[in-house]
Amino acid sequence: MIGTMLGAIKRSPAVPALAGLVVLCTVFSIMRPRFFTAGNLANLTTQGAQITVIAMGLVFVLLLGEIDLSAGFASGVCAGVLAVSLARYHLPWYFSALVAVVTGTLIGFLLGYLVAKIGIPSFVVTLAAFLAFQGVALLLLEEGKNISVREPIIVAIANRNLYPWLGWALGGFGVLAFAAVQFLSAARRRAKGVTAERWQITLTKVIVLAVLTGGIVFVLNEERSANPLFASLKGVPIVVPIVVVLVVLWTFVLRRTAYGRHLYAVGGNREAARRAGINVDRIRISAFVICSTMAAIGGIIAASRANSVDPNTGGSNVLLYAVGAAVIGGTSLFGGKGRVIDAVIGGLVVAVIENGMSLMNYGAGIKYVVTGIVLLLAAGVDALSRKRTDADR
Amino acid sequence: MLEVRGINKSFGAVHVLRDVGMKAGTGEVTALVGDNGAGKSTLVKCIGGIYSVDGGEILIDGEPATIHSPRDAAGYGIEIVYQDLALCDNLDIVQNMFLGRERKSGLVLDEPSMEQLAAQTLETLAVRTVATVRQPVSSLSGGQRQTVAIAKAVLWNSRLVILDEPTAALGVQQTAQVLELVRRLADNGLAVILISHNMNDVFAVSDRIAALYLGQMVAQVKTTDVTHAQVVELITSGKSEGIK
Repeated sequence: MIGTMLGAIKRSPAVPALAGLVVLCTVFSIMRPRFFTAGNLANLTTQGAQITVIAMGLVFVLLLGEIDLSAGFASGVCAGVLAVSLARYHLPWYFSALVAVVTGTLIGFLLGYLVAKIGIPSFVVTLAAFLAFQGVALLLLEEGKNISVREPIIVAIANRNLYPWLGWALGGFGVLAFAAVQFLSAARRRAKGVTAERWQITLTKVIVLAVLTGGIVFVLNEERSANPLFASLKGVPIVVPIVVVLVVLWTFVLRRTAYGRHLYAVGGNREAARRAGINVDRIRISAFVICSTMAAIGGIIAASRANSVDPNTGGSNVLLYAVGAAVIGGTSLFGGKGRVIDAVIGGLVVAVIENGMSLMNYGAGIKYVVTGIVLLLAAGVDALSRKRTDADR
Repeated sequence: MLEVRGINKSFGAVHVLRDVGMKAGTGEVTALVGDNGAGKSTLVKCIGGIYSVDGGEILIDGEPATIHSPRDAAGYGIEIVYQDLALCDNLDIVQNMFLGRERKSGLVLDEPSMEQLAAQTLETLAVRTVATVRQPVSSLSGGQRQTVAIAKAVLWNSRLVILDEPTAALGVQQTAQVLELVRRLADNGLAVILISHNMNDVFAVSDRIAALYLGQMVAQVKTTDVTHAQVVELITSGKSEGIK
């Protein structure tokens, strides 16, 4: 049983990132005990949320072997749309959020159309968009004003927490639902007489998930206010269940639907997909649509966290961190390989580096250098593993 | 089962196929031979709906068939296995075999039934070289990939399978395995057209030989009626003593 478990662990593409995450957390916890406090961990989740959500969208584009360099500023533009809609037109929060998300969808359609139908390389299209969206953000915010976002529900996304009991309830429900789906599908496969995961492995997965979820909920439910009598601060940040729902949704789309299968196929061998009757252009456009739509959601989270939107929302290192998150998590830059959960694992790595190094009082310069090196390392592992499988044949 | 009559096809000024006629019978392997540029691939692509013909007709079971796309061809039970295989390396065997025609229950992919059917198909072809149908295609050898590509073609109740140089890139043992599989397809009641350069392959499995020379069908004979040398002569000069 131990052997099969080890085998399953070894085959998982996320292992280097997870191992790195454990090492980083250990080192930071030893160097700066404050790293492993409830307050800092809660901070970490909201810090990483925007990057993680954008990275999830990028996974779809990377799966096709394409790139979207404009995802960062696309999220900035959508955040700007949200802020303008809220502050200038006083529209209700749900309508403003919808307008922001639809803006993302339209951006994605435009990018995808230029790549798939006109045939401009995605690198060039999105580099142009990267520049243009910076301009659009400036125009939206009238040459660089900062618009504050005060709408309570939007602000709550990254700044408020679930009631502790609700955190436990949602966590428990998630673990039970996962266990039910895994065991039922394995039972159905066994009944049909086809290959099924061994129940020991399924059980191990469920236990690991339960321990992780329990640990996270427990720590985040700790009191993190300096003066609890004055203002209590505890519970899982609201943004966490939002990210979890997005992960489940997109994982379902990628692994369980024909659309997801076709996406992998186009990324693996476009000609084979075409001959199999798959509408390759439509798949490519859709990947950009999903990417930019997720960027818009990332933009809403960023606006919520900062309580404001300025022309640099989604700018500077957001895009590179997001690409880094996807690649560090194990998504291949060559297409055909990647999972949505990769973005979360990679996003955590990036957030931990950023957060831990800030605690150790390193400046922005050294943080950029270290994150850049980690990204190169991840891309190097990706390239080498690809070389090895090519040589196998 | 399949008969083509008077097929003409030009690319610009180049007249690639001239009044080509050919038959492929159920339960038979028909070898399509010819030198490079003789028009073998073009003929096959016309039958498979990738190219539209300029003139002539395609008959299936004696009825005229209209084939304008690979979908149409698949509708008539015609499947082509291409030389470059067209498999997705990052997908496993089942996923490749059902690519573009996945089975679904509602919105969700019906993995168990696809896996079952894929395993059954490999079973009827007596393929036992793959360890599990959940193996990614990237981990397979050249012969195994060819096997998967052929099994994919057979899965769809196909009646005519066209194989474009299936042994071109294979070693001796793998070639033997694939040829055995080709023979078994015909024995299972399919019509098979085998494009090949290799005379050993042609004589090992085919029942009939159709020879193209510069876009014209110069001979259609029973394999047992001709010799190696005569076929080579047909390929290189378009005619041979004793064959009309």
